[in-house]
Amino acid sequence: MVSRDGDKEADLDPTLRSLAARFAEAIVCTHAYRGDATAETAPDRIVEVCRFLRDEPELSFDFLMDLTVVDWLGHRGLRFEVVYHFYSLRHGRRVRLKVRLPEENPQIDSISPIFPAANWHEREAYDMYGVVFHGHPDLRRILLYPEFQGHPLRKDYPKEKVQPLVGIADLEEDTGRGRRRA
Amino acid sequence: MDAEELRLREAGFEPLDVQMGPSHPAMHGTVKIWLKLDGETVVDARVDVGFLHRGFEKECESGCYYQVIPYTDRLNYSSPMLANVGYCLAAEKLFGVEAPPRCQYIRVIVGELSRVADHLVCIGAGALELAAMTPFLYAVEARELIWDLFDAICGARVTCNYVRIGGVRADLPPDFPLLLGAKLKGVWKLFNDIDKLLTENPIFRDRMEGTGALPKEDLIAYGVTGPLLRAAGVPLDLRRAEPYLVYDRLDFDIPVGGRGDNYDRYLVRMEEIRQSLRMIEQAAREIPDGPVNIDDPHIRWPGKSRVFNSMEELIGQFKVVTEGMRPPPGEVYQAIESANGELGFYLVSDGTGKPVKCRCRSPSFVNMQPLALMVKGGLLADVIPTFDMINMIGGECDR
Repeated sequence: MVSRDGDKEADLDPTLRSLAARFAEAIVCTHAYRGDATAETAPDRIVEVCRFLRDEPELSFDFLMDLTVVDWLGHRGLRFEVVYHFYSLRHGRRVRLKVRLPEENPQIDSISPIFPAANWHEREAYDMYGVVFHGHPDLRRILLYPEFQGHPLRKDYPKEKVQPLVGIADLEEDTGRGRRRA
Repeated sequence: MDAEELRLREAGFEPLDVQMGPSHPAMHGTVKIWLKLDGETVVDARVDVGFLHRGFEKECESGCYYQVIPYTDRLNYSSPMLANVGYCLAAEKLFGVEAPPRCQYIRVIVGELSRVADHLVCIGAGALELAAMTPFLYAVEARELIWDLFDAICGARVTCNYVRIGGVRADLPPDFPLLLGAKLKGVWKLFNDIDKLLTENPIFRDRMEGTGALPKEDLIAYGVTGPLLRAAGVPLDLRRAEPYLVYDRLDFDIPVGGRGDNYDRYLVRMEEIRQSLRMIEQAAREIPDGPVNIDDPHIRWPGKSRVFNSMEELIGQFKVVTEGMRPPPGEVYQAIESANGELGFYLVSDGTGKPVKCRCRSPSFVNMQPLALMVKGGLLADVIPTFDMINMIGGECDR
């Protein structure tokens, strides 16, 4: 484990210490900027780490509070960063988990089998950033409509871009449950 | 087609598809609920959100930190002040500053007023959709009184845009304590009338009791917070669990329910209104004198009198307004207890004047997810009170 230079808080945080002890090779780095305990994990270990966070009695992070993506286009390092926020009801602690993904085909295993709350969050992350979550039961767009082209929260999606109009019949067809109008 | 539907079809049933929404008279909010019905029983449900998506995050990422504040008004338009406070606390955490004590008390007062308004709308609209018109009118009248207070504080009734990074836009008006006392008296009276009309009303109780319940384990797994979770018996309230502002100095109780049904959710909200009114009265009594804004030239906007009379202040204002304040590179997550649960803001800075990421973790979005589970197996008519008690606010859910 490498904590950010001189970050005493990260070395003292009990969550980060047990994560580092259990996943010495998977935790890329940790920090506790402004008191927010943060650990960066290798993408292929994410399910394992999340299960450990939930099931280990000393940690018992039972809430997945938030899941989102940060687009680091134009900055150093891999482009996408998937960010998970957990909360432990028993210990009243929080932890942030991050995973870096490449620009080409960003994909990662879904954690919705462990945290059902991830279902909609992962759909939103897919909708907005095009990150694919393997093993997700229903990976569809959630806030936007199926015909939307592109992923609007990517930094290279211009704010002013106009989307083509979509007919009503097409929309009903796509939901799969309505009947197509004559 | 899932197993349950196959079983029904084999038994000769043809399940009926009902599409509630996105614009339905009994739905206050643009959301679509697909229901598969066997007679009046809900066999399957699916929730579609996103009809009110306006690109909140994209818009925030293209402006400066202070330009986000008006957008937060438009997240939960029932309680805009709480979103203001939540965002500014997150930004202050990112900048590493803290608002002065008087400002913190003001934020508690406006935040709790917002919470009362939000709960009143939830209960009033809920009653309305169960065909009880009068409590709704009382609730809206009480909300009007709260909006009068907002009008006096910041000049706007709904989109307040009042809280600033490191402070608030202006101090409370000089006659505020008197005005507050008068308006709160009216709110208490209307609130007690609503209480008398609904709490022991047999028709209301029949519709609410035993409907929409979900065990707390499921709620936790789906990340549900706020009155829904407390009604199921989990006393999680961030004002107590992670005290921010001056909540650790205020005396209040956290109501919890036992069964987690709609009636418990209603009772929890009613008690929270009482507690919030108590808190407002305490805060108004204990509020100290002093400045309401921090005096850091890198963050605050200097007052007009300073800008017009001093060259340095003019330059300072020009830089802060055009370039925006520059926080150090880093990331923070700050959550507050909003009216419907944990409202979190995740801000990421690369050291420039614009946020790399401004994420809103909205309770409405998260709390909507288990709606399908709550209504499955119940009656079609029970969908309405369950949806009401979730109190999804479209602007916050779809951002």
